Amino acid sequence: MKRLLFILSLLVAGFNAAYADNAHEGEAGQEITSQLETAEEAAEDEKPDLKETIFAHLGDGYGWEVPFNHHKRIPLPVIVWGKDGLHVFSSSHLTHGDVYHDGDATFKIATEGDYKGKVVEIIDGKEYKPWDLSITKNVCAIFIACIIVLWCSMMLARWHKKNPFKAPRKGLGAFESLVEFIYVGVIKATLKDKAPKFAPYLLTVFMFIFFMNLLGLIVVFPGGANVTGNIAVTMVLAIMTFVMTNLFGTKHYWKEIFWPDVPIWLKFPIPIMQLIEVFGIFTKPAALTVRLFANMMGGHMIVLVLTLLIFIFGAMGYAVASGTAVVSVLFSVFMLLIDVLVSFIQAYVFTMLSTIFISLAQESHDSHGHDEHAAHEAANTVG
Amino acid sequence: MLGLILAAEALLGLGASIGAAIAAIAAGIGIGKIGSSAMEAIARQPEAAGDIRSNMIVIAALVEGVALFAVIVCVLALFV
Repeated sequence: MKRLLFILSLLVAGFNAAYADNAHEGEAGQEITSQLETAEEAAEDEKPDLKETIFAHLGDGYGWEVPFNHHKRIPLPVIVWGKDGLHVFSSSHLTHGDVYHDGDATFKIATEGDYKGKVVEIIDGKEYKPWDLSITKNVCAIFIACIIVLWCSMMLARWHKKNPFKAPRKGLGAFESLVEFIYVGVIKATLKDKAPKFAPYLLTVFMFIFFMNLLGLIVVFPGGANVTGNIAVTMVLAIMTFVMTNLFGTKHYWKEIFWPDVPIWLKFPIPIMQLIEVFGIFTKPAALTVRLFANMMGGHMIVLVLTLLIFIFGAMGYAVASGTAVVSVLFSVFMLLIDVLVSFIQAYVFTMLSTIFISLAQESHDSHGHDEHAAHEAANTVG
Repeated sequence: MLGLILAAEALLGLGASIGAAIAAIAAGIGIGKIGSSAMEAIARQPEAAGDIRSNMIVIAALVEGVALFAVIVCVLALFV
């Protein structure tokens, strides 16, 4: 197998080098200079094109790409609330900069300016951004991830109702072992008694993030949308953890924030401790947001940049391009495999940190008092 | 001096690259320390290898998160 791959890559490189030699031999100096000029132009076109391509692949869009065909897309509905009411139409009307007239209103996708890439309504020649409730690629991917998680979970629950004391095997067994890994390993270990109360939210968050991350790595239709690489999505997940932590926080938790057990000069005239604690409440979800977003977007961006490297080096000649192609594809596959591991780890870390934050907010006065009491006893017996 | 002002656009790229390089160095040092102490702990007590491995991965993810904050700031400086 390894020998086969080695021979194959040599063949590809050799073929391209031979083609390059052939192209240069049969031409005069003039042809070579014109080739150099077009190569330079291509390189200049590539440079801004690079950014465009990367952000087009990483970002959101109104159609879903089909593999092997750059021009056709699966058109998703555009739902906008313009100045005169609701408009629903297929985004196939808006491809390639077309302008669409729906009744009185005119819509198109803006190509430059503040609203670049988004649907804008044109009134009297000026662009105006309507309320955009479209089912874009990311929204559709979120729906698909929700359906998959719901389906797996409900199948597992139904199986357990039908076969009370047996353990599932094969597919459902894998899903159950995943659920148990998180429930027993993270949720019950940290929350102990209050685990059943918060387990639904925490398990949902884990499954949702894990499946969304994995779907982003698959290239074809149900996958291929970089959802968790969108900071809005991760921010909403972190806000939900924030709400769960603070909505169910015990009175002791709020007391610790607004009147902690520290010397009075840190609390009273200038509320230093209070400010620090309140700031701490907000930095924790912010850290969750940025960690998940950066990890997933970074993984996708590395793969994209490696692939575009082939085209950048392609401007310099065929031999360089083919060599880069081999190395780049191998390295991209390696990075994608690491991305699978990172998908799981990031979902696990998000869930674990959410569990820890919730458990910190559930600290009741008894457990805290016992600790202090035990410390007092120990100090008295020693001293 | 004038040359520096005219080269402000290039300085953006320089700043972003140096920031990303420092973030990479910091992540490398941090995760290296985690890895080395995990190896030593496993060498001292091979039965605890599974526990140590899971904790090591979790803490490595947290340290890497911090390095990625720095990378995000560099990307923002470059493109925004």
